[in-house]
Amino acid sequence: MIEDLGTTEQGELVVNLGPQHPSTHGVLHLVVTLNGETIKKVEPHLGYIHRSIEKMCESLSYRQFIYVTSRMDYLSSHINNHGCALCVEKGMQIEVPPRGRVIRVLMDELTRLASHQLWWGAMAMDVGALTPFFHAFREREAINDIMEQTCGARLTMNYMVPGGVMVDIHPDFQQKVKEFIRFFKGKIDEYDELVTENVIFKSRMEGVGYISPEDAVSFGCTGPTARGSGVSCDLRKISPYEVYDQVQFEEVMENGGDCFARYLVRMQEMRQSLSIIEQLIDNIPGGEFQAKTKAVLKLPKGEFYSRVETARGEFGVYIISEGGTTPYRIKFRSPGFSNLSALDHMARGHKIGDLVAIMGTLDLVIPDIDR
Amino acid sequence: MQKDELKIKLSELLPSAAFEEGAEWPTILIDPRVWTDLARHIRSGIGLDFDYLFCLTAVDWKTHFTVVYHLTSTVHRHTLVVKIRLDRERPEVPTVSDIWRTAEFHEREAYDLMGIVFTEHPDLRRLFMTDEWIGWPLRKDYEDPVNMIKL
Repeated sequence: MIEDLGTTEQGELVVNLGPQHPSTHGVLHLVVTLNGETIKKVEPHLGYIHRSIEKMCESLSYRQFIYVTSRMDYLSSHINNHGCALCVEKGMQIEVPPRGRVIRVLMDELTRLASHQLWWGAMAMDVGALTPFFHAFREREAINDIMEQTCGARLTMNYMVPGGVMVDIHPDFQQKVKEFIRFFKGKIDEYDELVTENVIFKSRMEGVGYISPEDAVSFGCTGPTARGSGVSCDLRKISPYEVYDQVQFEEVMENGGDCFARYLVRMQEMRQSLSIIEQLIDNIPGGEFQAKTKAVLKLPKGEFYSRVETARGEFGVYIISEGGTTPYRIKFRSPGFSNLSALDHMARGHKIGDLVAIMGTLDLVIPDIDR
Repeated sequence: MQKDELKIKLSELLPSAAFEEGAEWPTILIDPRVWTDLARHIRSGIGLDFDYLFCLTAVDWKTHFTVVYHLTSTVHRHTLVVKIRLDRERPEVPTVSDIWRTAEFHEREAYDLMGIVFTEHPDLRRLFMTDEWIGWPLRKDYEDPVNMIKL
């Protein structure tokens, strides 16, 4: 650290933001170089919650390793599990029955909603509005209750398994989800009235943290972060998996490239997710929810890659198999890691207060970055 | 561009490249010395435009390493996998962080956990582990009596 001081120029101030700072939403440590209040450089220091999940997975079987992945991006745990299950299915050529596929998509979209709700509350709190946080958590609780009934868990679901889903949906699931849709449709309009149209909020967001489409692609940004810059990158549209090619929805894009554009993308994505759930909830086909698979899964020798769209962007699973019961090497491409790498580029030249707003619109989940 | 077209185009560009069969995406195996030139070509070559590096990782094969780059184009929607075989004694490969900015973080990760040295990288330091950490945790021969739990 003392050596680092030598590189600072006169008038510069180095501030440590985190790892225990309320606005970093977890143990993210940013070393910010300031000139007055203007940001000259942001350097993330990672690893506070690094569990080396990739190494751990090398000694876990193809059924076991999925459970660990819930602990990465804990707000998209269904979708993480989904990506892993897809990759194993790709390797073993398992066909998931239609019922399992629809349940998976329903769960994915409910997860996306819950994740965006939490982001919305936390985002507003980051820029100084405390009330939305409680609104968001009230609505998110309804989704958690639905999840709990079917999966038995509220955060780390472990519900998707190779071949389909672990258990069938709860008999009340459809009714509960329909109730939730009715309830949440009114709430989302309330969200817009409360925050989106708010003058103070807008002035904090507009023109802050701009990233051009070219830079967004170069930095590997995905999800709402890239779509806020007008980059089409929704894997549900580009390479549809499960039943995403059979439902009607739009890939939400904004051209602003600033914090407000990213905010708007997520707000509209919530409406799109609601629409997907509405289309599917009465059309869950009958039959099996899980394909018959062997007790011990063995992937043939080779390499398999699957990509899914989480609430934060592209989640990739890269399995290298030597033909055994455990992966030889596994790599998780997490969306937050690449999105974070663009933070420095977005924040330079802005005031330190804006850094918190920019971080908020990146929707960072630290265990997803650290893995 | 279709898989076959892409293969023809790439073998024109680099006659020495070997293709790996049976993979989902076209996969080429190249020498680290030609990587920088090839990377520039496929990043902005006409009809190629591989502008998005979505995954960069390294694999320890006990006798050697491979660094694997997954590239796709947001214009043409085609995907390419580039593999570079590295010597275990001197695992060095030129950086591509000036071509794809996302590589800067991903290369630091591969350096930190696998010990791959990306030459000319602007800031090659440990990313997750502490600066004093000894060894490369994701290597197959890594042993740590304190921090490692064998399952």
